[in-house]
Amino acid sequence: MSQEVDGQKVDARKRKFLIAATSAVGGVAVAGVAVPLVMSMMPSARAKAAGAPVEVDISKVEPGMLLTVEWRGKPVWVVNRTPEMLALMAKHDDQLTDPKSEQPQQPDYCKNATRSIKPEYLVAVGICTHLGCSPTYRKEVGAADMGADWPGGFFCPCHGSRFDLAARVFKNVPAPINLVIPPHQYLSDARLLIGVDPATDHLQG
Amino acid sequence: MSALQKMMGWVDDRFPLTATYKAHLSEYYAPKNFNFWYFFGSLALLVLVIQIVTGIFLTMNYKPDSELAFTSVEYIMRDVEWGWLIRYMHSTGASMFFVVVYLHMFRGLMYGSYRKPRELIWIFGVLIYLALMAEAFLGYLLPWGQMSFWGAQVIVNLFAAVPFIGEDLSVWIRGDYVISDATLNRFFAFHVIALPLVLIALVAVHLVALHEVGSNNPDGIEIKKKKDPVTHLPLDGIPFHPYYTVKDIVGVIVFLMVFTAILFFAPEMGGYFIEANNFVPADPLKTPAHIAPLWYFTPFYAILRAVPPLFGSQFPGVVAMGLSIVVMFFLPWLDRGKVKSIRYRGPIYKTMLALFIVSFIGLGYLGLLPSTPVATIFAQVFSVIYFLFFLLMPWYTSIDKTKPEPERVTG
Repeated sequence: MSQEVDGQKVDARKRKFLIAATSAVGGVAVAGVAVPLVMSMMPSARAKAAGAPVEVDISKVEPGMLLTVEWRGKPVWVVNRTPEMLALMAKHDDQLTDPKSEQPQQPDYCKNATRSIKPEYLVAVGICTHLGCSPTYRKEVGAADMGADWPGGFFCPCHGSRFDLAARVFKNVPAPINLVIPPHQYLSDARLLIGVDPATDHLQG
Repeated sequence: MSALQKMMGWVDDRFPLTATYKAHLSEYYAPKNFNFWYFFGSLALLVLVIQIVTGIFLTMNYKPDSELAFTSVEYIMRDVEWGWLIRYMHSTGASMFFVVVYLHMFRGLMYGSYRKPRELIWIFGVLIYLALMAEAFLGYLLPWGQMSFWGAQVIVNLFAAVPFIGEDLSVWIRGDYVISDATLNRFFAFHVIALPLVLIALVAVHLVALHEVGSNNPDGIEIKKKKDPVTHLPLDGIPFHPYYTVKDIVGVIVFLMVFTAILFFAPEMGGYFIEANNFVPADPLKTPAHIAPLWYFTPFYAILRAVPPLFGSQFPGVVAMGLSIVVMFFLPWLDRGKVKSIRYRGPIYKTMLALFIVSFIGLGYLGLLPSTPVATIFAQVFSVIYFLFFLLMPWYTSIDKTKPEPERVTG
């Protein structure tokens, strides 16, 4: 295919090919340069290293009390659940989205009725699975603003999600799944290590 | 020839200064029947200038560092000469930007300014609105108060709801596993460099497209159809300068009266322009008891909350919120009405527009409140009306009983 331009024969097909080839090579160059720019926005080596495990002294956490500690910049709750709390917790499975903890929101060793290693101690990441607010601890059974059948748990002030004392989400709230149970282990009765699975020294990352 | 004329001639041989001045001001013919609603385009430009100028001076004392950001803003407020004024001009300007832009967009809806041949003006306008929302959101993190932190936490987590890539996407946006110093630093970069450049470029193409096809007017008819046979100028057009420059100056003065009244007497506007919790430094371990976005985001926030989680994911709510803005891009092709302006539209369109405005304001109000079952039902009803306004538009605009358009513009 050829055409006349200013009295000269022009190979339009070759011209089209050269334009396409030049654009393609230029496009590859732009994409190549974009990679380091885009990757520079990923967490830096320093941010990754900041995920070190945290050791907590839980001897001062009295029954019914909640302690918040910071792990990887997130709030982690340690709740010392009383026998009454544990008894109430087993009675509302039918109101929960995932009562048996089928979703992988906890390590395997916490996939049980209390979602914990020791029944009395709940260790959970205090970040709502809806949009990341930190729910408040509402342990008062039947609190006026929570409704008469409120068994005690956590209430997210942002969008009204409710969780029980095993950090399991109730039905018909914005949060879709249970709160995360972080990897943790007991170094002794009073010392809790958050961020490391028990019996291994393997860091969760 | 005077020295000045000689100088202009010298410039014009090298740069189209006089030609540009004529094309966009002294010989840009705008319809002579502009009314009150036509103030808000030029006012938006004014606010853009206020934001850029005050923003430049704020960066001279602001520190984009999570350890220093909050105190540097307080330092600007207390110790920097006139710092309080510059900061309040910037924070008031942000809210007033949305006030004028919402009124400007409502004008477009009323008079059909998005209709052929102004589809691109409308699309550029929606892009400006999107860029403005991003700019406002990024800027709100910078004071590093409680609302800054938790607002950003919620919005960035919206991206985490995207199936499969969501987690990685939100980590990439934050540059960390939580909102942190890395996030603050990059939001600062986007807020002061990237988005202002995008905004200015979009405003430029918005205006170039407008001046290519000419302004619409309250009658929604084309003034270019009736031209003077001798001069070929539109019979119903008047030069932008001096007629509309003078008119706009009146608008600017009234606007600045309102602006300064807020600035001096109610810069926080009772928590609507700056939320009380934002005077508390960011605490990653404690969410404030009630968090709501700033007023200009609340309609979309209410749509987000109105959609319940489906299939164990909050993604549908995020999609609904995204679609509520994306649907605006299609407006020029959804409207099948025979007339453009509300003056000649039939009762169905007027009813739908009224319902839409009630829903939009209703959603905006509900977005400010904590979520309750009753509020959620209202938000769901309003959200449905919001979408029906757009989605049923091809149908109800084509069956609506319109009045005939006039030949020439009316008063």
